[in-house]
Amino acid sequence: METMQETIRPPVNEKVQEPVISIRHLYKSFGANKVLEDFNLELMKGENVAVLGKSGSGKSVLIKCIIGLLKQDSGEISVLGQNVAELDHDELDRIRVKVGFLFQSNALYDSMTVRENLEFPMRRHWIKMSPDESDERVMETLKNVGLAHTGDMMPVELSGGMRKRIALARTLILNPDIMLYDEPTTGLDPITGREISKLMVEVGEKYNTSSLIISHDMNCIRATADRIVMLVDGKCYADGTYEELKKNNDPKVKQFFE
Amino acid sequence: MALPRTWQNFLDETGDMSRFTGRFFAQGFKPRYEFAEFIHQCFIIGYKSLPLIGLTGFIMGLVLTMQLRPSLIDYGVESQLPAMVGIAIVREIGPVVTALIFAGKIGSSIGAELGSMKVTEQIDAMEVSGTNPFKYLVVTRVLAATTMLPVLVILSDGISLYGSYLGVNIKGITSFQLFFKQVFDALSFSDVWPAVIKTFFFGFAVGMVGCYKGYNSQKGTEGVGRSANSAVVVSSLMVFIIDLIVVQVTDLLGVN
Ligand SMILES: Nc1ncnc2c1ncn2[C@@H]1O[C@H](COP(=O)(O)OP(=O)(O)OP(=O)(O)O)[C@@H](O)[C@H]1O
Ligand SMILES: [Mg+2]
Repeated sequence: METMQETIRPPVNEKVQEPVISIRHLYKSFGANKVLEDFNLELMKGENVAVLGKSGSGKSVLIKCIIGLLKQDSGEISVLGQNVAELDHDELDRIRVKVGFLFQSNALYDSMTVRENLEFPMRRHWIKMSPDESDERVMETLKNVGLAHTGDMMPVELSGGMRKRIALARTLILNPDIMLYDEPTTGLDPITGREISKLMVEVGEKYNTSSLIISHDMNCIRATADRIVMLVDGKCYADGTYEELKKNNDPKVKQFFE
Repeated sequence: MALPRTWQNFLDETGDMSRFTGRFFAQGFKPRYEFAEFIHQCFIIGYKSLPLIGLTGFIMGLVLTMQLRPSLIDYGVESQLPAMVGIAIVREIGPVVTALIFAGKIGSSIGAELGSMKVTEQIDAMEVSGTNPFKYLVVTRVLAATTMLPVLVILSDGISLYGSYLGVNIKGITSFQLFFKQVFDALSFSDVWPAVIKTFFFGFAVGMVGCYKGYNSQKGTEGVGRSANSAVVVSSLMVFIIDLIVVQVTDLLGVN
């Protein structure tokens, strides 16, 4: 099955192709709960891949393994050419600077203003910057997500869509090479969801990122992803573009398109 | 041999909590030190609890004085009132009541704060932002609680004694100087130092339990509420247990 996938993969276009994330034979379980079983995935530079799966299928677990928040039981995850499981703390931090993680629940720090939220990753990653530069970077990033005026507000004062934008700004502020989106549109109304999807495409182009989008929202996936990977029973069950998968008659694939 | 479920849970939890405390000692004293955050937490913890602790301290001193007076009059030792109240407050009531209020106020707020940070993934977010959340959140709060409680107890003792002075003056007249002279004459060094030392342990226990409960909060808003609640219950209980141990130890050492 797997060798087949490798040989079938269509010849890639002219750009030099190097995977920024590559996951091989990933296993992860919590006690008796086997969440990921032999999951494989490659994310090429400049590519936007969506991982589609039901609630509880282990999508969040997958992306937390990628960033080293959870440790896999076995298998290999390499990010920007480095094996995540083998990195020490400092090396992991250096990778994390280049990987933006948009959390499912936004994870904005409630006790800090929007500005302090955005400054936090810069300050903590020891990124040397004069106060002016830092202010400028914050303003620019806020402008890029369309919320230039919110710097002095507290997260509780923001609506769901605004929080998502601020959370996105906080991950973008370090100019990441890779973006990991954990259900960017879940919990938002369809209109706001569409705005967020559009914003994701925009910032993807502006910041020149490769992205992995975890979702079960077909509209979002369709708008943002070049390729879809289906996560079913802990495995990569099917793989293809939106149109390809839509034509697929397998019931487990079809259920997502209904 | 199967233990009853509740016992098993209790033992599991005790084990977890000991491991958590072990982690504190393993990580707490290695760099990178979060000094600024520690100061910030000291300020927040002190500032949040000072009004409440001041008020309860004042009432305690006043009420204790008024309650003791009739008995002392019966025994004909009314003049011993400042001495008795002083000893009661400094040795036992001040530290314990302050620690209980502290557990209610700070234990629950740490439990709820870390709990909601946990369930909304803020702790994970810190970790990917180049921060060790255990050091940044737990170590700073535990150290801040350990440093601030003794300070608060000393303040509370002072306010209590002032309340007591007013209590004495309701039905008699004593000068401020005379009252405090009587109090301090009655107190010896061996009354004061075990009382001060135990407050460090109280503060440590409240901080540790609050952080443990919050850091291990279950998913959902209900989990956060439960963390805050059990942080108060467990840390209040710990205060009494520590108090019991300290009195035994000082007794054995012959300090009393
Ligand atoms: N820290 C953990 N400890 C134990 N079990 C966990 C942990 N994290 C996740 N799980 C389990 O792993 C499974 C997958 O969880 P995960 O959060 O990845 O789902 P998901 O695909 O992201 O779902 P959703 O769409 O609801 O976010 C669930 O059964 C969950 O109970
Ligand atoms: Mg999830």
